[in-house]
This record gives sequence, structure tokens and C-alpha cells, in this order.
Amino acid sequence: MAPVSHFERLPCVGGEVVTITIDGEAHEVDSRWTVAAALIAHGHTRCRCTPEGQSRGPFCMSGVCFECRVDIDGTPNRQACMTPVAAGMRVVLRQDLRALA
Amino acid sequence: MRERHPDVVVVGGGLVGLAIAHGLLRQKLRVTVCDEGDRDFRASRGNFGLVWVQGKGVNSPPYARLTSHSARLWPDYARQLQRDSGIDPGHTRRGGLSLCLEIDELAEKSAAMAALKAHTPGFDYEVLDAAGVRRFLPGASPDIAGGIYSPQDGHVNPLQTLHALLAAFEALGGTYLPRCRVDDVSHRAGAFSLTTSGPTLQTARIVLAAGLGNARLAPLVGLYAPVLPVRGQVMITERVAPFLPYPTTSVRQTTEGTVQIGDSQERVGLDDGTLPEVLVNMARRAIALFPLLRSAQVVRTWGALRIMTPDGLPLYEESRSHPGAFVATCHSGVTLAAAHSELIAPWIAGNDAPTLLETFDGARFAL
Ligand SMILES: Cc1cc2nc3c(=O)[nH]c(=O)nc-3n(C[C@H](O)[C@H](O)[C@H](O)COP(=O)(O)OP(=O)(O)OC[C@H]3O[C@@H](n4cnc5c(N)ncnc54)[C@H](O)[C@@H]3O)c2cc1C
Repeated sequence: MAPVSHFERLPCVGGEVVTITIDGEAHEVDSRWTVAAALIAHGHTRCRCTPEGQSRGPFCMSGVCFECRVDIDGTPNRQACMTPVAAGMRVVLRQDLRALA
Repeated sequence: MRERHPDVVVVGGGLVGLAIAHGLLRQKLRVTVCDEGDRDFRASRGNFGLVWVQGKGVNSPPYARLTSHSARLWPDYARQLQRDSGIDPGHTRRGGLSLCLEIDELAEKSAAMAALKAHTPGFDYEVLDAAGVRRFLPGASPDIAGGIYSPQDGHVNPLQTLHALLAAFEALGGTYLPRCRVDDVSHRAGAFSLTTSGPTLQTARIVLAAGLGNARLAPLVGLYAPVLPVRGQVMITERVAPFLPYPTTSVRQTTEGTVQIGDSQERVGLDDGTLPEVLVNMARRAIALFPLLRSAQVVRTWGALRIMTPDGLPLYEESRSHPGAFVATCHSGVTLAAAHSELIAPWIAGNDAPTLLETFDGARFAL
């Protein structure tokens, strides 16, 4: 019997073009992308740092490894690979721990 | 086979068993630790990491002295563990605080501290109002009643500590048998034979350090360990920039930036789950103490079971009917780890029982 995949294949191009900002810089991306896809497409493969100062970036692309956490619209530590882009979204990459305020 | 005939078998590879086992190796004994399984209730994998003196033994001078002694041993013990294992248990001892929202609570705590100081040589503390607390912890709310600071308090990274203990034990030649449940113990001609889910082990000395498992095991060797579970729920936040330079009894920050919140005490039997209403209360109280926490995201919660004797004090005893069989259990296995390694191990190795341990036998639970 042929193996059955439980994954649904989503179209990843052909959506609208939307603009998001990454560290304040505007980028045009496909509305069907995740934030992690947008980061990689625009060369941001290092999006955060461990407490020991090592760089981390999107890795598993499936919500498991938590390495791609970024600030999205003011909320820190969101998983870029699990978050679809949206028009006007502000993504901030963080190399240090955020201070509570 | 060497590990089937060790000098001592320690039943239980949590903080209590491993601290004793590490001490026994430094007494030049051959030691095997049997440890059951990952599905067990294991306080050593779910605790709060405080090495805590204030508030321990307010009504029991011997317990206060033992706690104080262990906290004093911890700095050297942490270095020893790091030397033996290559792993830093993350111990710091700059003092710690317990905080009070209400003035009555503060008055009660102050009275308890005065009593503790009267019977505990070397114990110091300060009673602080909100402004005093904020000199130590600038993130604390100006609206709290105050708190108690004691320079004797400290904390560790509890998982690193457990890891360091296990690595030190193995590095010094100990045999650790995981997934090895001790089912039965028999005693003949001064030797114990342990039936386990793995190999059968023969030994002259056995230490029961099986946490909640001690209740079932102790009677097999003529001991009595009526321990009961008391659940504590714990909440972990995302890592944030350091803002808590001192640990408190209910909120502390690790060196990596994680904030750990938790101090619930629930008698719910063998249930290590979590309850939203308890977590919400813990979060509310944490925010009342440190308003900054309002914007911190919680990333994990869990429940874990404390191991409680009827009077809350530790239990250390050698069996009269089965000499060579010992039981060791307590509700503050992090705090007491240094004493377990430095005091209990030599006793089990054959030295006289240290005076600091004298009053902790199980005779007090007899009807
Ligand atoms: C929420 C919470 C917060 C805490 N905070 C602190 C704190 O801040 N400071 C502090 O000092 N203490 C604290 N404690 C207490 C501390 O964690 C415990 O005292 C300590 O971990 C007990 O260690 P243990 O080795 O006795 O028990 P456990 O960690 O339970 O280990 C017992 C081991 O025995 C094994 N076992 C059981 N039965 C058998 C058998 N038949 N055969 C073989 N193996 C067996 C189990 O698998 C387990 O690994 C806290 C506890 C909790 C739950």
C-alpha cells in the first residue's frame, strides 16, 4: 500500500505581494509565506542569540525547535516558522534578552 | 560482575540518593545506584532550586542547624561537584528574600525569624519594608508590605545540579543502573539481596533514597518511612534580561534569564498535574510582587510532588533489625545535598552517626 501523507501541501507562491519590515527595512513578500520564509528569502538566517552568544535562526521550519523566535508586532519570542506574514507586519530580530517594562 | 557485589547499593537516583552516593565514593567505597524510571514521581526533576535557610526549622532547632550547616557547606561542595563532573551546578549564595504582600504576614515572619535566630548559631536576617526590599530588588512593587532578607540563602540550577551529581558519580567509578526498579529486599547472614527489574544485587549495605518509593521499601528492612506527596506547581517564563539579582521563595531568575514562579502546596495524592486556577493565583501573586512580570510570557508549567514526612522534618535512620540498611528522605533535597554528601555518606560508610543527625530517626512516628 502506498504511504499516506498526513501533511497537506499548501501553495507557497501566487498570493498577493505584501510589505513587511524586518528590523525597520521594508521587504515585499508573498502573502502565503511564513515569517521564517521571509527571513530566509531576505538573507536573515541569524535571527536571535543564545544566552552564550551563539547565533540561531530558522531550522526545523515546523514549530518544533523554537530556534526562529523573533519579535512580531511588539510581541517577543514568536515562532517565525509558525506565523504567516501579514501586510504591515513589523519583525524585529533580537541579539540580546529583552528587558521587561 | 563488579556492579552486582558493590559495598553499598543506593536505591533511588534523585538528589538525595546521588548526593549520598557521591559522598560514598569519596569514602572509597564501591557503589551502585538503582533508579527506576522516567514515569516515576521525581521531585529532583521538578523543583525550585533554592538552597534555603530562612524559615527552615523555626520549631526544630536540630533541623535549623542541619539546614544552616548544609548551606555553609554548599560553596565548597559546588566546587567539588564541578571538579568531579566538569559541570557547573550554578550555585550562588548572595542571600535571598521572602516577600510579604500583607503587614500581618510580615509580622508573623519576623517573629519566626527571631525564634530561628535564637536557636541557630550563624543565622542572620534583616526585616525590610518595601523600600528596603527595593534596595535588593528594584523590580519589586512599592506596594508590598516588605520582606525578610537572609545572607545565608542561595540557589542552584536544579537540573544542572542533578546532572553534575550523576556525572560526578559515574566519573568517580560508580555504577548507575537506570530503569532498575528494586522490587524486594531480603537479608541473610549480614548480607542483603535485592531483587530488581534488572540484575539481582548482593551487598552488605543498602541506602533507601527512593523518595516517595521509600514508604513501600522501608518496611522490607524493618524501617518506617510514612512519606506523603505534597504537590507544587511551577511556571516558567521566556528568558528576559536580568532583573532579579536575588532569589525569593516564590519567584527567581536563572542565569539564562528564565523566571521561575511557584510555591503552591497541595495535598492531592499521587497527581502531578497542573490546575489553571492554581497557576492563575501564582501568576497574580507574582505580578503583585513584581509588576514587570505582567508582560512576561509563560512558556511552560508543570506539577511535581514533594516528599513529606508527617512532621515535615528529614528522616535518617539505620535499621535495628537489619543493620546495614539505612533510609534517607527529606523535603529539601537541594538545600541538604551538601550535608547528605559530607555527613550522611561517612556515617553510612561506618563512622559514628554525626550529632547533627541524631534526632531524625523514625521512632518519632511510632504510635
Ligand atoms: C515543586 C517543588 C519545589 C521544590 N523546591 C525545592 C527547593 O527550592 N529547595 C529544596 O531544597 N528542595 C526543593 N524541593 C524538594 C526537592 O526537590 C526534593 O527534596 C528532592 O528532589 C528529593 O530527592 P529524592 O532523591 O529524595 O527524591 P526523587 O527525586 O523523587 O528521587 C527518587 C528516585 O527514586 C526512584 N525510585 C523510587 N522507587 C524506586 C524503586 N523501588 N527502585 C528503584 N528506584 C526507585 C525514582 O525513580 C526517583 O528517581 C522541591 C520539590 C518540589 C516538588
